[in-house]
Amino acid sequence: MEITTRGLWTLVHGMGFGALYLLACSGALVELWRRYAPNDLSPVTERDEALLRWYLLSMAVLAWITVLTGTYIIYPWYRAVPPVGTVNLTGYPQRLLLSNAATGGWHSIGMEWKEHVAWLVPISITMAFAVFNKHRRNLRNHPELRAAVLSFMMISFLAAGIAGFFGAMLNKHAPVEGGQTIHLMQGESR
Amino acid sequence: MSSQSASTPKPAAQAMTNGSGAAAVLAAGVGSFSLAVLAIASDKLPAIKSLMNFYRPTGPLSGVTTTAVFVWLMLWIVLRWRWRDRNLAMGRVGRVALVLLVLSLLLTFPPIADLF
Repeated sequence: MEITTRGLWTLVHGMGFGALYLLACSGALVELWRRYAPNDLSPVTERDEALLRWYLLSMAVLAWITVLTGTYIIYPWYRAVPPVGTVNLTGYPQRLLLSNAATGGWHSIGMEWKEHVAWLVPISITMAFAVFNKHRRNLRNHPELRAAVLSFMMISFLAAGIAGFFGAMLNKHAPVEGGQTIHLMQGESR
Repeated sequence: MSSQSASTPKPAAQAMTNGSGAAAVLAAGVGSFSLAVLAIASDKLPAIKSLMNFYRPTGPLSGVTTTAVFVWLMLWIVLRWRWRDRNLAMGRVGRVALVLLVLSLLLTFPPIADLF
């Protein structure tokens, strides 16, 4: 069982940071919607507030790490230009996808959308954290502000889902591979 | 430090204004929209594309995202400073910001971006 360093980075970026953000997003949406509703009479304790503050801060950190690793570590490998005359495009995912009409759309639509739409996520969730950090339980007294934060978080969930979906499909059709090979485990061979 | 225990609710601060929250929401909407506009501009205009090439391995995406983040943060700082003690019509601010965010989502979709 082996994995390349580029494959490992892609795995950490998508299955680690990105997937974790998606999982966390649903929890934050439910908590903000349920516990901070204007008509909710149940008390919000300092512990409840602290939990959501740390939760949203963690989500913002995750979102930033995800887009930064994607943009500055993985994307350069993805868009690398092969030397003239290269026949085997395995190490050049973008060129590999564009070399075939059946897979070209994964780049021209999938990656082109993913690389931009993903950046809406850290902007939205950082805003959500900042607003909650300032208003905390007082958000119940500002239902329109809470609605705006919830809406941005839902769009961030959608944007992260789009980026995640295309990331998975791109990696299926043209995986980012290369660099050192890391030997994980010895399996049985027949 | 509050003397209340962790499980004791304290009354909400009724007097807190919504200005800083409105600033954060609107700046996020405008920042997102600027990202979509810059992405289209750098795709359609070679001069902008070249200008946005901040980091060669990443290409114009580096400039588009860095500039949009800069616009977002600058606007946030300015609005927060101007609106910090004000109460704004949050419904209107929120709707404008949300429309900008939804437009960003749509404008970054290549078949729509290619219409320009």
